[in-house]
Amino acid sequence: MANDANPQLAHEKQRVVRREDGVRTSSWRAFTGTLKRDLLLVFRRRSDIVNPLLFFTIAVTLFPLGISPESDFLAQIAAGVLWVAALLATLLSLDSLFQQDMADGSLEQLVISPHPLAVMVLSKVLVHWLVTGLPLTLLAPLLGVMMFLPDDGFGILFLSLLLGTPTLSLVGAIGAALTVGLRRTGVLMTLLILPLYIPVLIFGTGSVIAAVNGMAVAGHLAIMGAMFMTALVLAPLAAGAALRISLNG
Amino acid sequence: MWKTFVAWFHRMGSPKWFYEITGRWIPWFAAAAVLLITVGTTWGLAFAPADYQQGNSFRIIYIHVPAAILAQSIFFAMAIAGGIGLIWKMKVADMVAKSCAPIGATMTFIALFTGAVWGKPTWGAWWVWDARLTSMLILLFLYFGVIALQSAFDSKQSAARASAILSLVGVVNIPIIKYSVDWWNTLHQPATFKLTEKPAMPPEMWMPLLVMVIGFYCFFAVVLMMRTRNEILEREKRTQWVQGLLSEKG
Repeated sequence: MANDANPQLAHEKQRVVRREDGVRTSSWRAFTGTLKRDLLLVFRRRSDIVNPLLFFTIAVTLFPLGISPESDFLAQIAAGVLWVAALLATLLSLDSLFQQDMADGSLEQLVISPHPLAVMVLSKVLVHWLVTGLPLTLLAPLLGVMMFLPDDGFGILFLSLLLGTPTLSLVGAIGAALTVGLRRTGVLMTLLILPLYIPVLIFGTGSVIAAVNGMAVAGHLAIMGAMFMTALVLAPLAAGAALRISLNG
Repeated sequence: MWKTFVAWFHRMGSPKWFYEITGRWIPWFAAAAVLLITVGTTWGLAFAPADYQQGNSFRIIYIHVPAAILAQSIFFAMAIAGGIGLIWKMKVADMVAKSCAPIGATMTFIALFTGAVWGKPTWGAWWVWDARLTSMLILLFLYFGVIALQSAFDSKQSAARASAILSLVGVVNIPIIKYSVDWWNTLHQPATFKLTEKPAMPPEMWMPLLVMVIGFYCFFAVVLMMRTRNEILEREKRTQWVQGLLSEKG
């Protein structure tokens, strides 16, 4: 095979699985394969990207209408409102993570494939973050302007969401995987996941408030980074195990 | 020593053996629980000296503290039992984990309720966003999540495994939640509600508390064994030994 001479693929050699029909596969290829497939699927159903963003915008709009439109008051609650709305938008979009694949049977194919399920779960979570967490992060500063967020808060709002939304997607994947086989999932998943989201919310909002008050934010961001790393290592394993259970039940 | 433990562990996996051995244990634990809780309550409520700042209202800690300790221990017990069920596929462990959740939720509720009752005369408010209260409230939510997930599955095996994963995830999260709530509290907490530093408790005050804590643990053991036995009878109702047991009792 021509690939054997390619030095870039040398590191893959040991982990290559040779299937019975002779096709070569590896965990990395399983990861990129899932990634490409899921991105293509999302690209063909673009409303999945837009809906969480619309929810985010509408939810933020409700606060000035429901509480008070005064700029001083809104500036105080801006960080919290933006973070809570982003968190809820992520939560409501988690259905799309495994539901479609469960319905068309491709989830079973992932589970019976020879590659670690956690790798493919991680790839799915990455796609989920790319189509919800990242757009939410990009949109948040704009809504920050509407909420009269003080100028010092914008950079940290963006950074904290950039660090926090992947954690939300990863932890959310556990809840989505646990409930994917059930008939009525929405409220149950919210009940399972929201308590686990509280630390991210506390440090996310806290970092923005600290920045607005001119205090140091490196510590907050470091803790958010640590939570992200912990979730990155553990959540795909838990979500993978949960998927196996959901498919059996 | 190790061999006896392994043999014991394997025998624990048999629902029938578990049913029989706990049947012999329950009276002892029940007697200990009644004795300890009666002594602890009387001692704590009637004989322990009143607090020099809070007067008699501090006496609620003889219920509050044991319930709060139990609420956290039960979550760990539930996660450990769930983990054993996941790894060794042990049915009894699944049933123990399932039986833990409602007891733990009740203990958390008792801790929150007694805290609120104590907070009214002490802080002047039923509810304060204090770090401990808030993390107990989140613990209650975690318990509700586990109970809701238990009842959402049709298959008992899937229900047990799914809630085992959720309780393991919860155990990893409890310290994170606790520290983040503590941190959040130091930032937001208005100083008016700050608890005055208490002097270290004299022995006359903490001895009854210790008795109560041990009594609560015995009570938990009794209720856990009773619930698990109930669960065993329900799931094993088609087996011969349960049928035999039923016809024996008439």
